[in-house]
Amino acid sequence: MTASVGIPAALVLEDGRVFRGTGYGAQGRALGEAVFCTGMTGYQETLTDPSYHRQIVVQTAPQIGNTGWNDEDDESSRIWVAGYVVRDPARVPSNWRSKRALDVELANQGVVGIAGVDTRTLTRHLREQGAMRAGVFSGDGLASVDAMVADVLESPPMSGADLAGEVTTAEPYVVPAQGETRFRVAALDLGIKANTPRMMSQRGMEVHVLPATSSIDDVLAVQPDGVFLSNGPGDPATTTHATELTKAVLARKLPLFGICFGNQILGRALGMGTYKLRYGHRGINIPVIDVATRKVAITAQNHGFALDGEPGTEFDTPYGKAVVSHYCPNDGCVEGVRALDVPAFSVQYHPEAAAGPHDAAPLFDDFATLMEKTK
Amino acid sequence: MPKRTDIEHVLVIGSGPIVIGQAAEFDYSGTQACRVLREEGLRVSLVNSNPATIMTDPEFADATYIEPVTPDFLEQVIAREAEAGRPVDSLLATLGGQTALNAAVALDERGVLRKYGVELIGANIDAIQRGEDRQKFKDIVRAIGGEVPRSRVCHSMAEVHDTVAEVGLPVVIRPSFTMGGLGSGMAHTQEDLERMASFGLEESPVTEVLIEESVLGWKEYELELMRDNHDNVVVVCSIENFDAMGVHTGDSITVAPSMTLTDREYQQMRDVGIQVIREVGVDTGGCNIQFAFHPETGRMVVIEMNPRVSRSSALASKATGFPIAKIAAKLAIGYTLDEITNDITGETPASFEPTLDYVVVKVPRFAFEKFPGADPTLTTTMKSVGEAMALGRTFTEALGKALRSMETKAIGFWTQPDPEGATVESCLDALRTPSDGRVYTVERALRLGASVAQVSEASGIDPWFVDQILSLVELRAEIADAAVLDEALLRKAKRYGLSDRQIAALRSELAGEDGVRALRHRLGVRPVYKTVDTCAAEFAAKTPYHYSAYELDPAAESEIAPQREKEKVLILGSGPNRIGQGIEFDYSCVHAALALREAGYETVMVNCNPETVSTDYDTSDRLYFEPLTFEDVLEVVHAERESGTVAGVIVQLGGQTPLGLAQRLADAGVPIVGTPPEAIHLAEHRGSFGAALDAAGLPAPKYGTATSFEGAKRIADEIGYPVLVRPSYVLGGRGMEIVYDEAHLEGYIERATEVTPEHPVLVDRFLDDAIEIDVDALYDGEQLYLGGVMEHIEEAGVHSGDSSCALPPITLGATDLETVRRSTEAIAKGVGVRGLLNVQYALKDDVLYVLEANPRASRTAPFVSKATGVPLAKACALVMLGATIEELRTSGVLPPRGDGGTLPPDSPVSVKEAVLPFHRFRTPEGHGVDSLLGPEMKSTGEVMGVDESFGKAFAKSQAGAYGPLPTSGTVFVSVANRDKRSLIFPVKRLADLGFEVLATAGTAEVLRRNGIACSVVRKYNEGASDGSGTDAERNIVEVILDGGVDMVINTPYGNSGPRIDGYEIRTAAVSRDIPCITTIQGAAAAVHGIEAAIRGDIGVRSLQELQAALRAGQAAS
Repeated sequence: MTASVGIPAALVLEDGRVFRGTGYGAQGRALGEAVFCTGMTGYQETLTDPSYHRQIVVQTAPQIGNTGWNDEDDESSRIWVAGYVVRDPARVPSNWRSKRALDVELANQGVVGIAGVDTRTLTRHLREQGAMRAGVFSGDGLASVDAMVADVLESPPMSGADLAGEVTTAEPYVVPAQGETRFRVAALDLGIKANTPRMMSQRGMEVHVLPATSSIDDVLAVQPDGVFLSNGPGDPATTTHATELTKAVLARKLPLFGICFGNQILGRALGMGTYKLRYGHRGINIPVIDVATRKVAITAQNHGFALDGEPGTEFDTPYGKAVVSHYCPNDGCVEGVRALDVPAFSVQYHPEAAAGPHDAAPLFDDFATLMEKTK
Repeated sequence: MPKRTDIEHVLVIGSGPIVIGQAAEFDYSGTQACRVLREEGLRVSLVNSNPATIMTDPEFADATYIEPVTPDFLEQVIAREAEAGRPVDSLLATLGGQTALNAAVALDERGVLRKYGVELIGANIDAIQRGEDRQKFKDIVRAIGGEVPRSRVCHSMAEVHDTVAEVGLPVVIRPSFTMGGLGSGMAHTQEDLERMASFGLEESPVTEVLIEESVLGWKEYELELMRDNHDNVVVVCSIENFDAMGVHTGDSITVAPSMTLTDREYQQMRDVGIQVIREVGVDTGGCNIQFAFHPETGRMVVIEMNPRVSRSSALASKATGFPIAKIAAKLAIGYTLDEITNDITGETPASFEPTLDYVVVKVPRFAFEKFPGADPTLTTTMKSVGEAMALGRTFTEALGKALRSMETKAIGFWTQPDPEGATVESCLDALRTPSDGRVYTVERALRLGASVAQVSEASGIDPWFVDQILSLVELRAEIADAAVLDEALLRKAKRYGLSDRQIAALRSELAGEDGVRALRHRLGVRPVYKTVDTCAAEFAAKTPYHYSAYELDPAAESEIAPQREKEKVLILGSGPNRIGQGIEFDYSCVHAALALREAGYETVMVNCNPETVSTDYDTSDRLYFEPLTFEDVLEVVHAERESGTVAGVIVQLGGQTPLGLAQRLADAGVPIVGTPPEAIHLAEHRGSFGAALDAAGLPAPKYGTATSFEGAKRIADEIGYPVLVRPSYVLGGRGMEIVYDEAHLEGYIERATEVTPEHPVLVDRFLDDAIEIDVDALYDGEQLYLGGVMEHIEEAGVHSGDSSCALPPITLGATDLETVRRSTEAIAKGVGVRGLLNVQYALKDDVLYVLEANPRASRTAPFVSKATGVPLAKACALVMLGATIEELRTSGVLPPRGDGGTLPPDSPVSVKEAVLPFHRFRTPEGHGVDSLLGPEMKSTGEVMGVDESFGKAFAKSQAGAYGPLPTSGTVFVSVANRDKRSLIFPVKRLADLGFEVLATAGTAEVLRRNGIACSVVRKYNEGASDGSGTDAERNIVEVILDGGVDMVINTPYGNSGPRIDGYEIRTAAVSRDIPCITTIQGAAAAVHGIEAAIRGDIGVRSLQELQAALRAGQAAS
């Protein structure tokens, strides 16, 4: 695809609202769910986070691309966002690690973007009306508003979308432990980010990253000390396979740790329901309170769905008691679950950060402790 | 963790007078703290010597002590509260700047805190020491795995030399425990090193300087962090400096959030910051940590931290909407972050990190023009006197708005002609030395053809910022070259932050700024108003804190909520602090907001100064953080009219900035309430004002208006020398001088290059030896309320802002006061004042001359309000909206009878003293600058001393401003011939009190003839000593520098002697920080003060007690 800087472009929402701007990155047409992300840093990590698959990301920070694109901060092998919406892109990047400009990278990877949009008005709209389907159209992709809205309405909604299969690794691979190998972890890749196995490996874990379709036998074949459920895109209600796999892990009392999508899967395996949030949590400034200690962690988050439940509630599951261990004080949303009779816990946020604060990094140590105890 | 139950009575320490490095931001933080603590049901006692602060308003504390912020007075306050059965149990010193922190450390060292059982809350002594002691701090950073520049702490010049031998030049010199980086700087040469290190050792109260590896040119960042007692830490804001390391952050253009760091680097900084605040042990509250990044390698070092709320905290609060001071106060009494609600969303907790969907730019305001000879190079010692902040959706938009907020000649790019002969080379060369207005040079260099790389290399400014400015240069060409300025291009220009005036400068066919505006409005190009909400619109905002932005997107929304129930009043603030326009005006604006809200109006504040209380989001019903230019104000008025009914705009309270907009706003159909613009013009225009005085039969010094030297000479010949010359329409006496002869007059006119028919020079007869009187009065059209009559301690000729004064007047009789009242009333009536009026008089030979009248709230309004217990600015706001003085007397805003001219004879005496910044400036050669007072204002702030007698009040004012007057030791005296006679009595008294007297030969002769024993010391111009070291051999400057003098009395010689001698003497006194009195009246007052101090009966009393006594006295009389 060709670069689109300066050509007319439009962002069209499924409710018919249109925002006009100029092309950014590749030109053409991109459809997906419009969501806003409030992080002020970390666009490279955001763009390459598989959890954003099929989403059109609106960046609320107005100046984007200032630090260019480097060869170290990708969280996966490619940009996953379906479309990208910014207000004011940098003309030239400036950072000692930068290798090229963001718009060049977007164009190279064929990501259709739009610049010059009043992203604040758009964000307020999404906040009030909820995340919704949208399309970015530029150059040849532009058409009449009716036609563009029709395109958007034809695209599949996020609810009911099973996307893990589209982002997961095709083949298993191993990330060796740094230093002495203390544990072996089977990590189910539902859209895993590069920093996750990296942080586990820094703690002496040899990480076997497995495709989302792996069976319990595949998992056991690794002879894991623990099982990890990654983040990922899509509606957790669709992931029967992962949920069933998790139930099998719980039944065997293997230590289990899940994050983000993995939290929803553990929750579902424990019998909890999931629902779609109006506009989700996407940012790197989100407080989470640990019910047990009352301590606050500032966390990186990226989720459009959440688990049902009330903070601190203990409930019965087929695997014994469990508790809602963490919540977000902004809206009371469930942010973590812990099983009390089997060695399993999960959080809705991202201890691997990237982008985002490192407050939650000790959760990987907790996972190590859990594996240590059950060894 | 909920509120602690063991805290009942908190003593809050304020920051004292406004000085460079410590400005209004601590009024903002202290006011928030007091408010929070009282809301929590705690008793609050407050100590602050600065009367111009909101925090010292009696309603903000239970006991407000307007007393010097020194350990002695603080101990007295603690003792007095304990005796009265209300013992202080906690001391909050982290919200009053370095002054308060130092005072708290001193109280601890003296054992006062232990003796009275007072706990330091916020940060304890150990944490303060760890944060402020450079070596301890470095050890901490290293211990947590962070890096610091290589360095060593030195206590002597020998240690300094050893260190430099190791790390090599250039090095940074930082004295310990000085505020605003005083004495800090970069030494490039051996000479620099000798001079700066010895000065630094001297300035540091612990004789300690840090010598460190240079990180000059590195990228500079700051983080504002908060921690609660449950060890939760949040980063409130990151700030990136536009100017690289080497320029004090207070003097840098700064940007929030950081613009050129990836998440990885940002998180590295955040991690280290959090570990630092934990290790240093700031238990509860805020701190600020500075970092530097090597631009090519990314190596990060930690520079320093402030274990307290700082100037940057104020900026961060205004930039993010996260009220750091308020939350720090809550944390100090036990709450945790998650227990505190974020006011802005009203729902989410304070345990989060604000995220911005706009860019904030702060630009410093300098005042080098006030200090001829001072080196304008920017270094690690802060020199700016104020700042403006602006918000925009992009960096260029915010920068443009901030630059036009500065109240300088240049109001954004292209509004002033380029210096002649500028070339790429000359610009690049200039960029190598940081100086005021550097950003203009960046633009010029790029426009002349320099590349981004060249500019970045020369200036150290990050290429991203330089490219942003290049985008403006390209836009300039696009605008200038376009066939027509169509809607798309106009919208684009506005989106980049250009003002109508800047566009007009590029399109001559558009008939100036008004033409551009007319076109813009015709094309429907108007700003939208966005909201500062801490969360980038993730949650709905409850607080209407707005800024303007231009969007290209046709779907863009403005967020101004309709409000049609109450009428609106817009209050225009005072813009950046600068000399002549300080916090006093903010005080009046805040009072207006409070009074009018109570009176049922919706109050709307417009201001651009982040340090102030007025720009707190809950001071007014709505806040627009906008430049105070005609264009920006007009757009706010438009937006507010769209959302409801605007009853009026107040221009009278924010000083000269809004006053200057009055006529144009009125012409544009904006209702100005209070004194009408025509009346303002009348008072400011000498001709019409003179006619009004004539009509009322009031004498004024003879004067004339000239547009050339010949004209000025003719006038001076006619009215007689000395004459006072000045440009018309100024505040703070800019460019004002007393001229004693024709040669000096010619010199003045030559220097005043901008003398034109539109800007004539005023030539006034100067009344030598007159008593100057300042009056603040309120007029409703029928009745006058004389707010206060102040008698200046210095004679006429010293700018009223720099003069100390006493209220009630100490030497005026009842007849004089009656004349003052009659004259003031006549002026108020003749001018047509509705609201406050300030008049300056000179009393000479029983004739009361009118010097000038300002139909606005004056600099002294807060002082008068505090001294008389009457809220003048509140009353003024109500009068402007139609209330009468009679009604205000009935409603209790004003006393039922009597006024500031009829204070009972036993009223306490209040003395206001100005605080001068001379010690912060150096000439390029490293000398101090002259501390002489004159008709041009130079002070940055003021203190108030209040007590039962003049002597005690004066002693307090000196202690508050400069440190206590000496009660023993050596006084050096050298005065002009005309002053010698008046000097005899005060010097005799000092000798009787046991002072040794040193004098130069001429003065000594007169003193001896009058029976005063004294020693003679050589004059400075008699040369330096031969090295023998005896007093007889050393000249006076050497004696002072060696610490042999405790107080200097030195009046200027005028034309009768070598001025340079006085200059060196005064400079030496300033560098030793000893009192230096430059007027004979000041000497007499100092003697009163010293007598009172020697008697040792100077106590403390709260403002509440003083005002209750005053009211009782008035009721009885």
